[in-house]
Amino acid sequence: MKIAICIKQVPTREWQPRLNDARTWIREQDASYEMNEPDAYALEEGLRLREKHGGEVVVCSAGPTRVQQVIREALARGADRALHVEDDALGAADAFTAAAALVPAMQEEQFDLILTGLQSDDQGHAQFGPVLAEKLGVPHSTIIMEVLVDAPAGGGAATGIRVKRELEGGWFQHIAMPMPALLTIQSGINQLRYATLKGIMAAKKKEIRKVAPPAGLSSRLKVVALYAPQKSKQTVMIGGSSAEAAAELVRRLREEARVL
Amino acid sequence: MILVIAEQKDGKLNRASWEAVAAAQQLAAGSMPVKLAVFGQSLSGVAGELAAAAVAEVMTVEHDALALYTPDAFVHVAAALIAQQSPQFVMLAHTYQTRDFAPTLAARLDRALVTDVVALRQFNGQPAFARPMFQGKLVADVVLDGPAPHLVSVQIGAFRADAVQKGSSAAPVTSAAIGIAAGVVRQTAEAPFQEAKQAVDLSQAERIVAVGRGIKSQENIAVAEQLAQAFGAELAASRPICDNGWLPMERQIGSSGQTVAPKLYVAVGISGAIQHLVGMKGSRTIVAINKDAEAPIFEIADYGITADLFEVAPALIAELKK
Repeated sequence: MKIAICIKQVPTREWQPRLNDARTWIREQDASYEMNEPDAYALEEGLRLREKHGGEVVVCSAGPTRVQQVIREALARGADRALHVEDDALGAADAFTAAAALVPAMQEEQFDLILTGLQSDDQGHAQFGPVLAEKLGVPHSTIIMEVLVDAPAGGGAATGIRVKRELEGGWFQHIAMPMPALLTIQSGINQLRYATLKGIMAAKKKEIRKVAPPAGLSSRLKVVALYAPQKSKQTVMIGGSSAEAAAELVRRLREEARVL
Repeated sequence: MILVIAEQKDGKLNRASWEAVAAAQQLAAGSMPVKLAVFGQSLSGVAGELAAAAVAEVMTVEHDALALYTPDAFVHVAAALIAQQSPQFVMLAHTYQTRDFAPTLAARLDRALVTDVVALRQFNGQPAFARPMFQGKLVADVVLDGPAPHLVSVQIGAFRADAVQKGSSAAPVTSAAIGIAAGVVRQTAEAPFQEAKQAVDLSQAERIVAVGRGIKSQENIAVAEQLAQAFGAELAASRPICDNGWLPMERQIGSSGQTVAPKLYVAVGISGAIQHLVGMKGSRTIVAINKDAEAPIFEIADYGITADLFEVAPALIAELKK
């Protein structure tokens, strides 16, 4: 089975946002980056499916040169090779643009199964997976908590999958579909593995195919202002030593909020 | 015209659909008609309920293939209805179902989609849509380019269902006949189910202490347990804690877990990603303890302490025991 994992490089959780002069985007040069966490779960799921059913795992990413950091990491964790659609302008690409950038190169590869995270921790559109599925002409399902491949009795290539999809409020649903297919993976579907030293060494020899994006990409979502959220409440910030803060908080919860 | 696609399951309307209607009425501002659509089977009850809103029309699309939701069937039907109706905007609540089919719909129509919108704004006379970015650390005002319709999904809880303008008489309900040819729907859906009955009903708790990534390791969960005990509270968690198996999934608060509105919610080491806030922002009094002063959780907190939870929690436990 030929499995693609689409990963994104996003600013780290600890990163404190700084805006560009126009206040329409972040200062990308100030950010430190890591693999989008839901994509890490997608990668892990792909590696497990390969271990069970054979085949190869190809990590695919669209972005500037810096995304090689997360591509290398995915290769170190066990992906076989990588496809990097490289362009500086893709750093701030929205989901539509990133999907459109990847489509031609991914189409050529003819993957059986494409996995990606349910959304990105940076822009958080939660659109990339279903958009890519439509552009590749394959069925999809989202927010997946379990993937079962129909392995035909007596061998032969698998033709379909059955997945457990998460719904809101503790509900789930099983959905089956033929392959090729695309799934967006929910965090927590599995326990992540981390790269071993051996994996890191092996990754250095693995192939990263660099491809230019197709011409004429443009975004229809224009960010005209970026700003810190407005507070919906007047927060009383309590300072002092831990003991002082604790005493003051408990006093206010008893006397002011009357919730203790 | 603005078309709102409402959501129902087994003839029961998803309450978030009212919020999408409220957002559509606000965007229309009386200068554009609003129409509602709902897809499924046996929809007369839901359609009747929706017809109470001050809208031009409620359209139902009923078909065997819509009885159980699949993205292919919904995209097909929505695309056909949009072709018939030519709306300027299509609005939906940002539910899991919307997340599953609206991006595909936008890609099929080749139109812009902005998701998770929390407020409607203006930019140079055009509508701009405010949405969180970077885990809620920032908000972006987004303007949509390209031909109509523009698709918009609104964050659950961002618009008020009770702000929906009701009509003086019921809106007309019509049924749109849209065929679904064999082969259109590639997914086979089974009926939704709940895993083992939830043993913990956090929605009934008066006080909740919830713990997030800041707790750092499974061993430290004990600190949160002691704090919860001292508050006389149930212990809950944000998603990453349950993903790691440090607390059972049934104690998860947020869009994929339980929604709660206790008298007191103490968020400890929780940054306040949208997916978590959705599940608890209705709490009466919210306390946030986080060492990052910029954490989004402070935006909705009544009381905040910027400090290391491992120093504050023992102090609080001691204080509560006094």
